[in-house]
Amino acid sequence: MVQNIIDVRNLSKSFDISSKEPGLKGTIKHFFRRQTKSFKVIKDISFEIKEGEIVGFLGANGAGKTTILKMLCGLIYPSEGSVLVSGYLPFRRKEKFLKNITLIMGQKQQLIWDLPPIESFYLNASIYDLDKFEAKKRIKKLSEMLEIDEELFIPVRKLSLGQRMKSELLAALIHEPNILFLDEPTLGLDINAQRNLRKFLQKYNKETNATICLTSHYMKDITSLCKRVICVHEGAISYDGKLDLLLKKLSPVKEILIVCRSEEDAIKLENSGFTVKNKIKNEITIKIENNSITSSLKTILNNFDIEDLFINEPPIDETIGKVLIKKKYDI
Amino acid sequence: MLEYRVEIALWAISGIIPFFMLNIWTNNNLNESINISDVLLSRYFLCAFFVRQFSVVWVVFSFEEDSLMGKVSPYLIQPLNPFFRYFAQHLAEQITRFPFALIIAFFFFIFNPESIWMPNLGILVLSIVSTFLSFLIQFLIQSIVACLCFWTEKASSIERLLFIPTLFLSGLLAPVVSFPAYVKSWIYLTPFPYLIDFPANLLSGNETNISGGLIMQIIWIFLLFPLFKKTWSEGTKKYTAMGS
Repeated sequence: MVQNIIDVRNLSKSFDISSKEPGLKGTIKHFFRRQTKSFKVIKDISFEIKEGEIVGFLGANGAGKTTILKMLCGLIYPSEGSVLVSGYLPFRRKEKFLKNITLIMGQKQQLIWDLPPIESFYLNASIYDLDKFEAKKRIKKLSEMLEIDEELFIPVRKLSLGQRMKSELLAALIHEPNILFLDEPTLGLDINAQRNLRKFLQKYNKETNATICLTSHYMKDITSLCKRVICVHEGAISYDGKLDLLLKKLSPVKEILIVCRSEEDAIKLENSGFTVKNKIKNEITIKIENNSITSSLKTILNNFDIEDLFINEPPIDETIGKVLIKKKYDI
Repeated sequence: MLEYRVEIALWAISGIIPFFMLNIWTNNNLNESINISDVLLSRYFLCAFFVRQFSVVWVVFSFEEDSLMGKVSPYLIQPLNPFFRYFAQHLAEQITRFPFALIIAFFFFIFNPESIWMPNLGILVLSIVSTFLSFLIQFLIQSIVACLCFWTEKASSIERLLFIPTLFLSGLLAPVVSFPAYVKSWIYLTPFPYLIDFPANLLSGNETNISGGLIMQIIWIFLLFPLFKKTWSEGTKKYTAMGS
């Protein structure tokens, strides 16, 4: 049986934030009588993640996804509740725990800006107690997987965003962690770089059985990597389960564009009982429920003279967008 | 920073306050009031320059910037206290400063040939040890102040408050021996005279209590280290990882 590697129970996090009115009066008031308010950004959440799982955290900006990741990796202290990651309390930051995890933030970097990435890799290797031979072996292996070579010897400040992100990944994975926390890892990357990064993460997960917790605003990252998603809405979990179930529930019908050989056939099809979205000459768009797609298509192909047909999936961003604004999704 | 050699050279040159002070002291014959000869005084300020070059600390500014920009986050989840990174950066830069400091000393001796001297090996070793201990004290003081970033965000303002006693009581502007006796007795209880005055006196061959000075330096390190550890462990609980 696969073990739970992350166990979160009734976790909450509050931040005290001071607010200031605009103008000189506001500044003086803020100086002498500072008003602070406590904001509960994570509200009583619970979930478990099994070893080797890739879980996507979805949510609108400010929903609390990154705060959850920060608590899971021990960067910030929880206000209430408990977190166990690989059997450790993350915020205690025990050496054995830290050697087991990594955090990659798309908008932040750990590489030394003025030096080539290779210097940061060897520095990280020493921090994680790897000897030179082992470090060299791992750098070679990871650089092959990430398809970077000459970039290793060019100062970080002169690398492109994509090259830098690949180098960041290498630096973060040199100690071969088995839990990866990725906060928008493809942020700002072009389509090819995004695809390569996703391919790399899939390969890394397959080869090492690493657990990956990922947040991203690019739905392609989520759909190609994560079977399970946790949707966060205003600090609470609105959905935790399989991504395909969520998509089926949210978009139960598919749109099919059928090009008939003649307009008469299109009229016959329009009157045959299917839900018609629209009809233009010999082209007709109908809506069919996901569970009856095969049988409906069989009927259409047997009874009508069809020139071509296209099945349109509803745009994933639109579908997921519906989840992000809802408090609760039960399936 | 080691990538920018010109910047390091400029930093080294910017540390020439002791030479200005030497000029003020000798032009006004102030050394006569404390019974120090011109030669010993010029050696003292040259040594103060050297000690300053190898004990100057800026960790509070680096940490504050990294903390506010969210750069500390990746370091916090590595099995090494982030202050070790700053410590290594300081040491690396000290080594790079060395040739520039030697060049400045060379020019100093050209203009003040009477000040040329060679400390004996024992004194030289003790001076290096004492300068390193001075660096450790300053690094610990600034690290404690830097940890206040977790509460105040602008910890460097507090450091500026500490800069005033450091400037006046460390021996950078005047040897501590020039202070009135009752003030001196209080100054020697603080860590400040052990930052510049003690190592500079030791290296320049001026009369100083070597064992007493070294013991006081070690005592201050032993007092400051647990304080740093406590501030760090309490502070990280307050960390909000802002900017990331």
